[in-house]
Order: sequence, then structure tokens, then C-alpha cells
Amino acid sequence: MSDQDSEPVLDVDFFRRWIGTAAASVEREADRLTELDSAIGDADHGSNLQRGFRAVTAELEKAAPETPGAVLILAGRQLISTVGGASGPLYGTLLRRTGKALGDSAEVTPARLAEALGEGVAAVAQLGGAKAGDKTMIDALEPAVAALGTSYAAAAAAAEEGAVATVPLQARKGRASYLGERSIGHQDPGATSSALLIAALAETAGEGSADAESAGA
Amino acid sequence: MSTETPVGIVLVSHSRAVAEAVAELAVGLAGGGTTAPVAAAGGTPDGGLGTSSELIAGAAAEVDRGAGVAVLVDLGSAVLTVKSLLAEGDELPEGARLLDAPFVEGAVAAVVSASAGADLDAVEAAAVEAYSYRKV
Repeated sequence: MSDQDSEPVLDVDFFRRWIGTAAASVEREADRLTELDSAIGDADHGSNLQRGFRAVTAELEKAAPETPGAVLILAGRQLISTVGGASGPLYGTLLRRTGKALGDSAEVTPARLAEALGEGVAAVAQLGGAKAGDKTMIDALEPAVAALGTSYAAAAAAAEEGAVATVPLQARKGRASYLGERSIGHQDPGATSSALLIAALAETAGEGSADAESAGA
Repeated sequence: MSTETPVGIVLVSHSRAVAEAVAELAVGLAGGGTTAPVAAAGGTPDGGLGTSSELIAGAAAEVDRGAGVAVLVDLGSAVLTVKSLLAEGDELPEGARLLDAPFVEGAVAAVVSASAGADLDAVEAAAVEAYSYRKV
């Protein structure tokens, strides 16, 4: 987002496109996510999220929510019911809490979204008991939220950087933590899919992370 | 401490077989006579390994008699799914509570105490106390 322009508002269509873009990214990257998960998890992250986001897409078509908050609450609820693994309640809580924080407004400002997403990420951290450096989704999401004030592209770049930075970490949460030191050297699947979600946000805003050179500046 | 209507017990595991077997074990150890209502919510709806919020919500509704529902879980997504249902949604009945207890021992303690007429607080206390029983 440009500093000079008056702040654009994000409407329900923006949020539908964001979730739709995220669903498409999950479809495209499902095999890679599952492969990452087979190294330190139970090899189902890609297929679980794929099932979840397909259900979200179908439900968004059917229910046609009318506000940004309602889109995210519906998506979160679907993920909790259909994913079947820990990423269901975690992503479900992220989207649902963010959606609740947005309230009933028909349009929200980017600043409001950044704040709401911060609440969503805090809820995820609380649910899973994870903090930065534990090799989880939080390692991508916290830097992304911190960078949202700069631009969507900066947030996407920060999330991707955070995901890559999980490689040398030892997992302290979830099944991967049972592996102890053997979890070192692998990128965390949850941090990776979290970076996809933020990249989808940037793409929806017309700031694809591929053009990340426009970030910051 | 005791109530007329029994507390319901829901057992959530990644595996349908584990949830059902622990339910059978706990009911068996609760002795003859009428036991508190117990429902297993194990695995995914298609029988795979995982956690299903629909199965959990269905099990909780099935055992809810109005005196509260005690939910025991094994690990990972079972814990997170129940916590997120309690924190964010309205899928679980009023008075549903996640117990911080070991799955097998806690289930036995919960079913035995609930069958004896314990209220939700007492069922929780019995299940949580199962952690303090050392084996070595």
C-alpha cells in the first residue's frame, strides 16, 4: 500500500479473493507441504490443508457471506471441521479470531486488518502454547504481522523469511518435538503454509511477493 | 458433590479404536449397574487417524444430560480441536469442559466418579488426580 494515497478500504470481495488465492496456493503446494511434513511430522499437512481449503471454497460459494469478518469466520469454522489434523484448529482459530476482531463492518482499512490479524496470531500462539523460535506457524506469522504496517509485500517477504529461518531450529511443539535434535535441518511445514497464506494476501492486494523489491523502500 | 443427573463423558482420540476401547475399559471398570453416559469420538469420520470436530460435537450432544460434559483427549490435534471449539464456537453444549488428565487413567477415574453421582467439579478432580499416581 502506498503511503501517499488515501487508505484503500478492503471489502468482502477482497477477503473472498484472499481466501480463494490461499486455496489455490495450497492446491499448488500441497505435495511440497506434505513432503516437508514427512520429514518431521506425519506426512499429511498438504493433503489436510487441501481438504480443508476445498471445503472452505465450496462453503464460500454456497453461503455467500456478506462482510469481511463473516468470510474469515466461515473459513475458520470450515477448517476446524474438515482438516482433521492440528493445523485445522490452528488455522481455524487464526481466521475465526481475525474475523471476529473485524466485527460486522462491510469494509475495513488495512490498518484494521493488521490489528485483527495480530489478534488472530496471538490466539494461535495461545492455543498451541507456542512462541517465536519454537519452529511453528508463529515463526512466519509474527514477523508478517509486524511488517504489515509497511506493506503487504513486506509482510509476505517477512513470512517467507521466517519460514526459511525455521530450518536450523529444533522443534519444541507438536509431533516434531518428539524428534528432538533430528528436527533440525528441516523447514517447518506449518510456517511454510503460513507464508503461503500471507503471500496470498499480498497477491490479492496486487503486491505479489515475486515483486518483493518494491517492499520497504 | 453428587447430582441426580450424571455428568457425560466424551473420549477423544486420534484413533477410533483407541477411543472406543478406552470407553469400553472405563465402563467395564466402573462396575455393573448404570454408568454415566460415555461416548467415544475417535479418528476422522471416514475411519482414518485424526480428529473430527463433528464427531466430538455429536458425542458431546449425545451424553449431555444437563449436568455438564467432561471431555478427555489424547494429544496434538485432539487437544487443540477441543480447545478451539470451547474458545471460539458454540458447537459444544453449555457446561462442556476439557479435563487436564491422562487419557486412559483419567477416563477410568471420570467414568467411575461420574457413575457414582459426582458433579462436574468432582469428576474433574478425580480425573486430574490420576496424574499424581506414580508407576515407579
